Amino acid sequence: MRDETRQENREAIPELRELHLTEKPDGPGAAAMLAAGIGILVLGLLTTLSEVSTGLHDFLAKFEFGQGVGPLAGKTILAVAGWAVSWVILAILWRGKDVDIRRMFWIGLVLGVLGAVLTFPPVFTAFAG
Amino acid sequence: MELTSREGWTVVHGLVLGTVFLLTFGGGLAGLWSLRPGFITAKGIKERMTRLYIGTSTMAVVAWLTVISGTWIVYPWYRAGLAGAGDDPYAGCTGLALPSDTCSPRDFLKSNVSGTTETWHNFGMEWKEHIGWAAPILATAAAFLVIYYGPRLIARPWLRAAVIVMFVGAFAAAVVGGVFGAFLNKVAPIV
Repeated sequence: MRDETRQENREAIPELRELHLTEKPDGPGAAAMLAAGIGILVLGLLTTLSEVSTGLHDFLAKFEFGQGVGPLAGKTILAVAGWAVSWVILAILWRGKDVDIRRMFWIGLVLGVLGAVLTFPPVFTAFAG
Repeated sequence: MELTSREGWTVVHGLVLGTVFLLTFGGGLAGLWSLRPGFITAKGIKERMTRLYIGTSTMAVVAWLTVISGTWIVYPWYRAGLAGAGDDPYAGCTGLALPSDTCSPRDFLKSNVSGTTETWHNFGMEWKEHIGWAAPILATAAAFLVIYYGPRLIARPWLRAAVIVMFVGAFAAAVVGGVFGAFLNKVAPIV
């Protein structure tokens, strides 16, 4: 549900009235929320899938560039890339638009919690081959 | 009284950056919590918001510096495979009470040569090294939301609460990293 009353809310608060704030669309805010969830989900998925697939494990280790980081390099670089790219795409798609920010927050939260659970060792080692 | 280069980096990664992260989190949470109608004047809001913009942005930057220094500088020293000889992957750790030049912290913990220590790696380090990266992602998103909406958050309690959830989520991820980092450095310090 969208915050239909936000303009009215601001008008009802004297200290905010004095600041003469303009309206801001929720698209960019929703993009930031959803992208954060996507980034953490990518991190969790790669952490778990790396245990399942030796091929993926070795592929992720290639991102270490000889620094001795191992597959953690690929997991984190790709998770950050997933987060940044999804944020840019969503921000462009929702630029200047009003989207249902509550819905995007909850979706982002579910994705983020799922991603976090997949980084929990008892969970991802349960998938180890 | 001196620190080796490696000890210096662990101090920067865990203590220096960790302290700044904690400070900015405390200030940011207090600022966000009190961003409510009737709490401050218009002049106070302007002053408060400037502090909040700087605090949340600093927390995000510090979170990035912490995970990058941890993963790319400190972690390779932790996970180096030094102990293997012949069929015994932990030969270099035999008889040791702490990691050494022939036994990295990871080797040492997994070898169980000084008590049952492998869970410190299999659970503590494995969780810390992954979940820690959620902290900068969430801190950056929270900082962006604070800067984007600014004082408008006062009129939108639900949105302010959502930002606080992300902000606290970043802190929780960092706590896992920080607490296990402290314990791991106690049980198997990087030398």
